[in-house]
Amino acid sequence: MTLLLTVFAAITVTAIWYNRKNDDMRLGILCFLYWGASIMWLVDALFEYFEDGADFFNQELSAVINDAFLGLAVIALGLVIWIVRLLISDPKGSVRRAIRKQASH
Amino acid sequence: MACFLVSTAEAVVVKIAEKVVAKKELEAAGKKEGDAEIKAAIPMSVKLKWLSRMLFSGSALLLFEHIWHGEIVLWFPFLTAMSDSGDVVEMLKEMGTVGVCMAVLITVIWAVMCKVAEAIVKRPVSDTEGQQDA
Repeated sequence: MTLLLTVFAAITVTAIWYNRKNDDMRLGILCFLYWGASIMWLVDALFEYFEDGADFFNQELSAVINDAFLGLAVIALGLVIWIVRLLISDPKGSVRRAIRKQASH
Repeated sequence: MACFLVSTAEAVVVKIAEKVVAKKELEAAGKKEGDAEIKAAIPMSVKLKWLSRMLFSGSALLLFEHIWHGEIVLWFPFLTAMSDSGDVVEMLKEMGTVGVCMAVLITVIWAVMCKVAEAIVKRPVSDTEGQQDA
């Protein structure tokens, strides 16, 4: 479930990145975050599949829910990393303008 | 258990290589300024940046997953598997199998991505692309 949610996040972000007008939102960071993690979890899932066989797909509901929560938490963490980097790099100068405006008052 | 450490180690090595290559490219560009013909469409340092970003990013989210599962703690020795010798062996085995495979797969996908990106950059600009840019 974590892998699935991360892959969906990666595809969504990549589609938005492809349709971008400019690079101001630095969406590439999000693409790398989610694709990197998806590839790594894919390997993890393949190893589990080879170990457990068909049982890999018959997980208990509690385990699936926990994995889904983890997936959502991972997506949230990715978004937090991205927004922090965006605000620090401030490509549009919005943060600088806002701080200067407040400082001048 | 600690499979992401292999990718993290590779990410550090790639990051160092990226800095060295970027410096060399800058020096080479300075020497050949003017008459230099750009051989590669995408500089190697940019390609290495893609790989290091993918490795660091993936490792960061996997680190979080390991914290979620209680395999990493904030106190020494940080990895819960390190407290038992039996678990240490299992952890090293996992790093040697799952961890190495993760790093290899990311590197292979990056290599394919670089080839595709080179081909896309070298492709002639279509009419519709030109209209969109304008």
